[in-house]
Order: sequence, then structure tokens, then C-alpha cells
Amino acid sequence: MSRFFVLTLNGVTQGAIYAAMALALVMIWRATKVINFAQGAMAMFTTYLAVFAIEHGTPYWVGFLVALVSGLLLGAIVERVIVRPVESAPALNVVILTLGLLLFLEALAPMAFGGQIRSFPPAFSIVGLRLGTSQVPFSPFDLFTLGSVVAVMLLLLVLFQKTDLGLRMRASAFNPEVSRLLGIRVGRMLTLGWALASLVGALAGVLIAPSLLLYPTFMDDVLVFGFTGAVLGGLDSAVGAVVGGLLMGFALTYVGGYFGSDLETVGALVILIAVLMVRPSGLFSVQRVRQV
Amino acid sequence: MVAVQSRLDRLVRPTFGRHLLFALAAAVVLLLLSSQIGAYDDYNLTAVAIFAVAAAGLNLLTGLNGQLSLGHGALMAIGAYTASLLLKDHHQFPVIVVLLAAVLSTGVIGIGFGYAAARLRGPYLAGATLTLAVAIPQVATRYKSIFGGESGLTVAPSSPPDWLGADFPPERWLAWIAFAAAIVTMVLLANLLRGAPGRAFKAVRDNEAAAALAGINVARTQVLAFVVSAACAGLAGALLAYWTGVTAPAGFTLALSLQLITAIVIGGLGSLAGAVWGSLVLVFVPLLTSGMASRLSLPSSVADNLPLAIYGCILVIAMLVAPHGIQGALRRILAYGRARWGNTPGGGQKGVVDWDDPAPDT
Repeated sequence: MSRFFVLTLNGVTQGAIYAAMALALVMIWRATKVINFAQGAMAMFTTYLAVFAIEHGTPYWVGFLVALVSGLLLGAIVERVIVRPVESAPALNVVILTLGLLLFLEALAPMAFGGQIRSFPPAFSIVGLRLGTSQVPFSPFDLFTLGSVVAVMLLLLVLFQKTDLGLRMRASAFNPEVSRLLGIRVGRMLTLGWALASLVGALAGVLIAPSLLLYPTFMDDVLVFGFTGAVLGGLDSAVGAVVGGLLMGFALTYVGGYFGSDLETVGALVILIAVLMVRPSGLFSVQRVRQV
Repeated sequence: MVAVQSRLDRLVRPTFGRHLLFALAAAVVLLLLSSQIGAYDDYNLTAVAIFAVAAAGLNLLTGLNGQLSLGHGALMAIGAYTASLLLKDHHQFPVIVVLLAAVLSTGVIGIGFGYAAARLRGPYLAGATLTLAVAIPQVATRYKSIFGGESGLTVAPSSPPDWLGADFPPERWLAWIAFAAAIVTMVLLANLLRGAPGRAFKAVRDNEAAAALAGINVARTQVLAFVVSAACAGLAGALLAYWTGVTAPAGFTLALSLQLITAIVIGGLGSLAGAVWGSLVLVFVPLLTSGMASRLSLPSSVADNLPLAIYGCILVIAMLVAPHGIQGALRRILAYGRARWGNTPGGGQKGVVDWDDPAPDT
């Protein structure tokens, strides 16, 4: 089994997680022009809720649902209670607000669920699949991870492109004022956008938790790499977020595999800077001509 | 009386003179304060001064030039490692040499980052600097033979000079160094901001096209802001190396960069005084909350995390009730007072408020 093949398989699974996180960030950015730095912490919290349910005897799938539904609710609550009042505040203030939320959630989780590091059960076996005689480093759970991320993305695509609700959400993000004049409840659409984004984040949390351990800051790196992926792809593009996230997955595993895991983040930095120097607004954004 | 008044005016009116007078007053107050309090408070005030230097630099970049950096912790790391490498084998370089070397090395590296940053805007710059914050400490982990790996480099402390007496507390000596560095930084920055560069920074922040039409080289202005800001971060990093006594990657996590951003927004964007307020909040609010938490008898999983939870809440609430930070709130109170009691605006009495431009009302 060539090293490259192994790393590529790892990269795809990791990339899918980063892509989900990047997509969550991009959805919120497009709807409200906010980078939600609490996205990772929110996903961490919903993953804790899932593990809480599983530890109290419910099957895995109930825990999985708990994570997704609580993600949906948490996103809606955060938008409605915390983000809405600062709608017109300077952009940096909202950044600090989400950072405050991040710190709060990371402190609340160990208070509510206990501070010990936990393991999170995977839905399927994490032993590599057998392909003929050789074992591929790609487990049923990896397949499930990839499949559920793809499924969620397709569902979102259908929602945004094919339904009335999706059209209204896009209109609200594109031009709130005109949308309001056309009778769209823009506020509700924004809340829904945050809720859906938070659901995607929660999915990333439950999917990566088995390979990382569960502790209050376990999503921090996923957030950073997801954000980097989103920036790489261009914050205005959902396709860009997915591609950027996958690129991050590949880049990190290749750099880690060939140059040592210490250099993973340095490699990510180099790639990001290199791409941004050529395309300052990411790979997939519509280039707007800047006057200066 | 009138003659005295006018002579005072002549001394105070020029910006540099006023800044010097204010710096002198600050120095006297801090000197008196540090000799009255114990070693522990000296230690904490040193932290305030260190954060104030870094936050002032970041506020120049983010608040006045509009470039959001989430990676200033990494620049502090560069300063700290420069200082630590100089002090590694108990070489007794004078403090001033170490600090200047850190300023220089971070400033030079800042030129490179500055050129990259000048091409990026808003969230893209945030993303790039965020990665910087995560990546730089990894370099130190990787090259163990130079940077000491995870365990880091030990920093030889700077001992007080002999003329202060044998039993002069080293904490107070370090506090004095940090105060001096902070005051010098503030005076230099205040002058920079009052002059043409400061106006160029703000012009570029407010409207790049208009600034370019007015003959300002936008890219060069942005690089200059980044370099000055990086130099401040480097100075703070070197002071931090003295303060902690050891320079390790774990000291320069993403949290440090985010703390600096927090400090300037809570304190007041675009104002040097805001950087000081923010640093006070950064150092003393966690102390207060952990003091409160330890007095209540709570289970350890709650007590250990309560300070952080309260801190997070304070950030959220502060942004909801005081969107322009502490300095913005103070300005509003002052303006209200003036309008209410009819004091004439202006004059040399405003002290620290006069250093700054009004909060950006974007």
C-alpha cells in the first residue's frame, strides 16, 4: 500500500470534517457577515450533550439526533439572543462577542458534564475495510463520516436552490432591505440560517469526536482549520468552503505524513498565504475589482 | 497669574510636550505605587504593562489602520524567543539591548508579514493571521536544538542594579522595566499618531480610494502600520520572557492572540488609553473572578471553570452594553458632563482623553 494512497484516504475523511466546519462558517458569513468563532465551541457543547445521552443508556443514534437537534436550537438561540442586538455594531464587536461565547461554553461544558476527558463511541467499526486480501486504512466509520457530510451538503444544496424557503433565505442574505420590502421575514431567515449552520457544525463535532477525545477545547483546531479552509475557498462561496475544507484535509495529512506532524500547521500557513497572495479573496470568490 | 498661565500653555500646547508631561506624571505615579504595594501586585502590574504595550501596538493596526490581526501572539513569540536566545547561556546582556534586539527582529519579520497583509482585507486577513498564530509556536516545537522544543528556553532574570540596595525586590525591578517600556512606547506611539503617519493610518482605514486620491501610498502605509505594531508586540514578547522566566510554545497559544484583540475592543478601539484599560481588564478581571470562585465552596469542576465562564459572560455583556469599549463609555460620560455643566471643551485638562481620536463610528 503506497504511503500516498494511505494519506489520501486519511485526507479525504479529515477534509470532509473541515469542509463541514467551513460550510457552517460560510453559511453564517453569507447570512449575517459574521465570523462565528464560537462555532467550534457550540459543536463541542452539542457533542457533550450527545455523549451525555449515550452515557445515560440511549442508543448511538439517539445521541446523534440529540447533537443535531441541539445544534439547530443552539444556533437559533445564539442568533436571536446574542447576535441580533449587535446587528449594526462594528464588525469587530461581533467577533469579540463570539469569542466571549466560546470562552463561556468551554467553561460551561466541564461545569455541566464534569471535567474528565471522555471517549466518544463511533457509529460503526473503525477497523479498516478489507479489499480482497489487503486491508485498506478506510473504515466503515470513515465511510459514514464522508457519506453523512455529503448527504448534508446535498440536502442544503436542494434547500437553497430548489425550495421557496431557500430562495427567501438567499434573498435575505443578498439584500435584507429589498427582501423586507418584498414581505420576507428577514429576521426569521437569519435565525434559520444560523440554526442550519450550527447543525452542520454539530455534525462535524459528532463525526470527529471518536478520533479525537472529547474535552472542552477539542474543537478548537477543527475550527481553525475549517476557517482556514473557508478563507482558502473564498468566504462567499459554499462550493469554495467544501473545496477549501477538503484541500486543508489533504494538505495537513500530506505535510504531516511526509514532513512530520509538527509542521502540519506551518504547511497550512504556507499554502494559505501562497493562495491568498495570488487570489486575495480565496479560490472561488467572484473577484471584485478594488480601486486601490 | 496670566503670565504663568500662558507660559504653562506654551509648555503644554505642543503635542510632544504634553505627552512628555503626561508620561512623567504616569512614571511618578507608577513609581510611588510600585513601592507601596507588595511583590504579588508588582508582578500583576508588570503583566498589565506588558499587555498594554502589545495591545497599544495592535490597536494602532486594528483600531486605527483597520487591519484585523488575530496573530499578534505569534509576533510576541518572535520577540520572546529573540530575547530568550540572547539570554540562553546566561549571557548577561543589558536589558535595554535585549529589548531593542527583540523590537528589531520582530520589526524586520513584520515587514514580510506586512507586505502579505497589505494585500488582504477583513476576514481574509483574519484567517491568514489566525493561521500564523497557530503555526509559529509549532516552529519552536519542531526545531528543538535552537528553540528548546516543548519545554522551551529558560530566561536569565535581570537582577536589580547595585545602587538600589541588596534587598531590592526583583519583582519591583521588573515592574519598573515594564513601566518604562510601556511609557516610552506610549509616548512614541502618541506622537506617531498625532503626526502625518497617524493621519495616513486613519485615512486608509476609513476609505482607501480617498486616501490614495489624497496622495497617500496605501500599501506602504499599511506595511508601516504592521511593522510598528509588530515591533510593539516584539517588545511585549521580550518583556513577557523576563516576566515568565521561561519561553515555551505553550505560552503563545491562540488564546494569547485572542486576549489581545479582546483587550483593545473592551478597552476601546483606536485609542492608546483603551489599550491600557483593556490590559487592566485582562489581568485583573480573571484574578477577581477566581478570587470570588474560590471563596464560594463549590465542587472543583465548577470552581475551576467559573472564572472563565464569568469572563466569557463579561465579554458578551460588555459588547452588548458598551460597544465602544471602556474608553468610549468614558468619553460619553465626559461629553455628557460637559454638556450638562457647561464646561468649555478643550484645554490641557483632558489628559489621557486628548491622546486619542474619537472612536470609529462605523
